[in-house]
Amino acid sequence: MKMMTMINLVRGSVMKIHGLSRASRCLAAEGGVRGLSSSSGPRVCIVGGGPAGFYTAQQLLKARHDTAVDVYERLPVPFGLVRFGVAPDHPEVKNVINSFTQTAQHERCSFHGNVNVGKDVTIDELRQAYHAVVLSYGAEGNRSMGIPGEDLPGVFSAKDFVGWYNGLPCNKELHPDLSCETAVILGQGNVALDVARILLAPVEMLKETDISQNSLEALANSKVRRVLIVGRRGPLQIACTIKELREMVNLPKVRADMLPADFKGIAEVLKDLPRPRKRLTELMMKAVKEGGDDKAEKCWGLRFFRSPVEVLAGADGKRATGIRLALNKLEGSGESARAEVTGQTEDVDCGLIISSIGYKSIPIDPAVPFDPRRAIVPNEMGRVQDTAGLYCSGWVKRGPTGVIATTMNDSFDTARVLIQDMEDGKLDLSVNKPGAKAITALLQTRGVRTVLFSQWEKINAEEEKRGRSLGKPREKLLDVDEMLKIAWS
Amino acid sequence: MAASTAVRAAVSFTQKFVRVSPDCSACPLYRLNLCTGATDGFTAPNRHLRTSIGVCQSADSSSPEEDERVVNVVYIDRSGQRIPVQARVGENVLYLAHKHGIELEGACEASLACSTCHVYVSSEHYEKLPEPEEREDDMLDMAPMLQENSRLGCQIILTPELDGMELTLPKVTRNFYVDGHVPKPH
Repeated sequence: MKMMTMINLVRGSVMKIHGLSRASRCLAAEGGVRGLSSSSGPRVCIVGGGPAGFYTAQQLLKARHDTAVDVYERLPVPFGLVRFGVAPDHPEVKNVINSFTQTAQHERCSFHGNVNVGKDVTIDELRQAYHAVVLSYGAEGNRSMGIPGEDLPGVFSAKDFVGWYNGLPCNKELHPDLSCETAVILGQGNVALDVARILLAPVEMLKETDISQNSLEALANSKVRRVLIVGRRGPLQIACTIKELREMVNLPKVRADMLPADFKGIAEVLKDLPRPRKRLTELMMKAVKEGGDDKAEKCWGLRFFRSPVEVLAGADGKRATGIRLALNKLEGSGESARAEVTGQTEDVDCGLIISSIGYKSIPIDPAVPFDPRRAIVPNEMGRVQDTAGLYCSGWVKRGPTGVIATTMNDSFDTARVLIQDMEDGKLDLSVNKPGAKAITALLQTRGVRTVLFSQWEKINAEEEKRGRSLGKPREKLLDVDEMLKIAWS
Repeated sequence: MAASTAVRAAVSFTQKFVRVSPDCSACPLYRLNLCTGATDGFTAPNRHLRTSIGVCQSADSSSPEEDERVVNVVYIDRSGQRIPVQARVGENVLYLAHKHGIELEGACEASLACSTCHVYVSSEHYEKLPEPEEREDDMLDMAPMLQENSRLGCQIILTPELDGMELTLPKVTRNFYVDGHVPKPH
């Protein structure tokens, strides 16, 4: 009882100190006595300017009015996968950029682009300059299929293919050969369906989006007429969500080419499925039944119970001309069913193979624990294992799955845990930390100049200007040097 | 009195329509039941007019043209705290939350492209809401912690019959499970 009272007393006094500090900050702002303020408040650093980073920042800024947040991003441009992952024909999803922009422009937030954390500055250096560091750098690697022929020309990772049509600088020279008739996509998640849709959509559907102009031109000349989307397991285990599937079903001048045999026995179990799975399965069955416009020259199809075994090369051995698939059967049922090979295989002729079996996070700095098996930073509710003051959110925390709402919730959770640690005294806030001031100076000695949010806005304006002349919302700059030139002009 | 309210509502509706329609032909938020509950002569035509107000209105541009009738709703936030709010007919549950500092995100700005404004609606009021359109159902299917009474806040436009409605923000507990455990959506 006595103990409790004491804790309450201590808490009370801590709160009072916060109150005072806030008041003195106000005074400092109004009276210009900034230098006299004894405490500058907690400083948090966020590594990665994508959705996880911005949602974490937003929650931190909202929850504590004395906390300053700096977001570091490797590219000169913010927003991560909202810019480079979300499909160009999903502009509504990109509306979230407006709230991220509000966060970036918040008086207690600053954005520092063009900083490669792990190379330009170490995590330990960041930890010295900040009270807490949050890793939100996502999952830039991709899982490989681990099959012979995977590196042949004509085989791409979905990550690179998406990066190509979305104007990711490192993918601008991808030059996929679209002169073949059939493309095979391995994996049946939303990224796989995005890629299929972009490959088959009439160009009129894309030309007014922010798709990069070089890929739009390549797609306009594409000969790809048939896209097969291959999954290891069955219709009841498909990973995509219904919005993306419905877009395939409704794609103009494209018909569905499915194998009715894959859906044997599905109708009987339909009624017992959870709602999202049920609606998704019903839509697939509708596509099987109706097929769509018979006269359409383009088609797409889901292929179930098949795993890639080998990429087949043409006679010269120089490029992919097909893929060998193992036919599987399911062991068990429901979400946890496993695919087992039957020993049979099937060869599919195709000139374009896109592997869309998942992204994966990669280690950023030897000082940060990393779980190579799960490809995440090991953490408990966002607190990085064995490393006080280090946190994580987004894909690097829980793996590369989920929609934007998932990343939002998970980033909010990390921010709440971090705030809780501040309030519980687990984070030592008694020492002032220099934050971006020290880091920017350090970067300068290493020849690294940052891109501030106001400088990104120059890039933004230029991209919008270039887009206007093409009838698009923006034309993304593909070259980092060009971005920097405009940012610092 | 009822008639004059209805006239006012109808007039304001017309103004709103004229004002927003040029830019909003493609807006996905159509459920405008501005005159629900007023006299039949005015409700009937308006019920069939589908346009968008929520999308084109920002959080603060609500009052002057709105129906003045009050609708009381209660938000229950993630900590379980009840936040009673007085609102007007025609207001949108997402932007109403923003106006009162309630933590309900609207990542896609009411364009039916995300599920960040997911709420649970008290069952008796859930029944009174217009059926969700397919696109809303599709988004709900992606919402973490989906329940029978789940809706997207951006699609709920207040009507007099929603008075007393309780809107519960889902407590997303995903990350409080032991690492690696992923709760099922139901």
